Amino acid sequence: MNRLQAAFSKPHPAFVAFATAGDGDTAANLDALVAGGADVIELGMPFTDPMADGPAIQSANLRSLGKGTTTADVLQMATDFRKRHPETPLVLMGYANPMIRRGAEWFALAASNADVDGVICVDIPPEEDGELGPALREKGIAPIRLATPTTDAARLPAVIEGSEGFLYYVSVAGITGKQQAAIDSIEANVSRIKQSTDLPVAVGFGVRTPEQAAEIAKVADGVVVGSAFVDLVGEFGDAAPAKLQALTSAMTSAMRAARS
Amino acid sequence: MTENTPNSFRTQPDDRGHFGEFGGRYVAETLMPLILDLEREYRAAQADPAFQAEFDDLLEHYVGRPSPLYFAERLTEALGGAQVWFKRDELNHTGAHKINNCIGQILLAKRMGKTRIIAETGAGQHGVATATVCARFGLPCVIYMGAEDVARQSPNVFRMKLLGAEVVPVTSGGATLKDAMNEGLRDWVANVHDTFYIIGTAAGPHPYPELVRNFQSVIGTEARAQMLARTGRLPDLLVACIGGGSNALGLFHPFLDDPDVKMLGVEAAGHGLDGDEHAASLLGGVPGVLHGNKTYLLQDEDGQITEGHSISAGLDYPGIGPEHAWLKETGRVEYTAVTDEEALEGFKLLCRTEGIIPALEPSHAIHAVAERAKQMSDDQIILMNLCGRGDKDIFTVAEKLGVEM
Repeated sequence: MNRLQAAFSKPHPAFVAFATAGDGDTAANLDALVAGGADVIELGMPFTDPMADGPAIQSANLRSLGKGTTTADVLQMATDFRKRHPETPLVLMGYANPMIRRGAEWFALAASNADVDGVICVDIPPEEDGELGPALREKGIAPIRLATPTTDAARLPAVIEGSEGFLYYVSVAGITGKQQAAIDSIEANVSRIKQSTDLPVAVGFGVRTPEQAAEIAKVADGVVVGSAFVDLVGEFGDAAPAKLQALTSAMTSAMRAARS
Repeated sequence: MTENTPNSFRTQPDDRGHFGEFGGRYVAETLMPLILDLEREYRAAQADPAFQAEFDDLLEHYVGRPSPLYFAERLTEALGGAQVWFKRDELNHTGAHKINNCIGQILLAKRMGKTRIIAETGAGQHGVATATVCARFGLPCVIYMGAEDVARQSPNVFRMKLLGAEVVPVTSGGATLKDAMNEGLRDWVANVHDTFYIIGTAAGPHPYPELVRNFQSVIGTEARAQMLARTGRLPDLLVACIGGGSNALGLFHPFLDDPDVKMLGVEAAGHGLDGDEHAASLLGGVPGVLHGNKTYLLQDEDGQITEGHSISAGLDYPGIGPEHAWLKETGRVEYTAVTDEEALEGFKLLCRTEGIIPALEPSHAIHAVAERAKQMSDDQIILMNLCGRGDKDIFTVAEKLGVEM
């Protein structure tokens, strides 16, 4: 069983926590998320043009790039994380251009050397995934795809085909960190998706409070939280880790209570 | 030309939207069903004679097409070489070629039952053209414009507001055209149920590069027929400026399979190609993925997008339509770049020889025409697309020339 499978085989739903690499003290931020109970770490690769992200993660990207964060830095952060946390899966999330700049195979090899478990590329849909997905699979890295409320029955099989690790259900048709979808709609869509795949389904976009996380935990295999953490890093900077750990603890406790 | 010269240069893209290795549909999953839907609707519209008839009617009676084909006699004399002819798309309603595409796309929006229009704009020409067609069809309109460009192009901002559009200044990133396009895509993702995104150039995810090119191809189709009627022959060289590349494709595409017609696309070299203050994606960039398509981009070694610079707000986009990337790779079209200073020379030259104040975008092409014409003989013909008029740019030009207004 690989690290991602193990994370989704625990008795509680997986908590997937996002941080933008190079925004604040990344190592301390990631450690705080793990200490708070995060089951999977999503490490955002900063990009100048994050089209699918709302203001919170856009700002985090710019803060990180403003400090001069490079692709090599991001990979080093992943490598260092693995040394400190041998069991916690780490997934790189980002946009196509920084991932394919030196070629998909270069990126897959570099991610493999950093012992990364999965990669989420926002803007490579299955139709264009002829290079990155195969290169990642070749290196044993899970290509994790996104399904959305607009992914209809006709498209869903194409999205699932070639996906590994887990399926990331984007609960709202929109950008990160904005409004949250109604729980009824999330439940219906997750159940629809789970009829087509054995992959765990994690739900994200717009989840900001322990109450929301708990609601989703009742109907999904995992909950993804990003903007709420990124906002804390933006507000508290180097003092963010304590806040991140507290929010993670509150969310994971609420999720476990909801399922028990 | 490369060894793999295709039988026709006019059959791109393939059915997945690829121009060779370029183009495609690199969008978030949320947008995929939408652009697939748009493609289905566009194919249906293409097959519907009523759609084409309404498009043609509006172009004739509302836009003022066909635009004239004009022999620039005094410019030709001044240059002392090839004959210079202009396709006068600056005489269109709203003063640029942009309106051709906007008419086509708003008819598609109407056909799809969309009730809200969004667009991005750089110089403001596409924003004005979009606001214009929205007023004409009574649809609410939101224009995303980089805050830098809002400051540089205040007359066009006022025009858009007069036409009833809401202009949203975009402050993220570098606050220019690429950031406005990011914001347009974000709006679209969140409002997919009722909103149509009118993209202003032949870029973005498939089918936009194809449909924008096709709507703009009226330029080259008219020019080809006009040139044959007036001179009994085809031109030797076509010239057009390139930001995203829609006016150039509009002129070039109908001539692509005329092997004796050479073509020159003119990018903005800004302060020069040797530095990083230019907007020449093809000559100074490398292939990558941005805004839904694979194409040449200005970017650093980590794939971060860098800001383009040009005196012309309409050219400082860090990407280029994917069909141009393919036309460059195949060698069918030659590309060059012209600096801010050289474009200003072209601007002044046309004002004084022909009594036409051009936009700064085609002023780049005018400079390239002047260079080429001198190397050609007087029985040869250069045809340039004069794609926009310069009213919007007189403040920028005055500032550059040190004139207080």
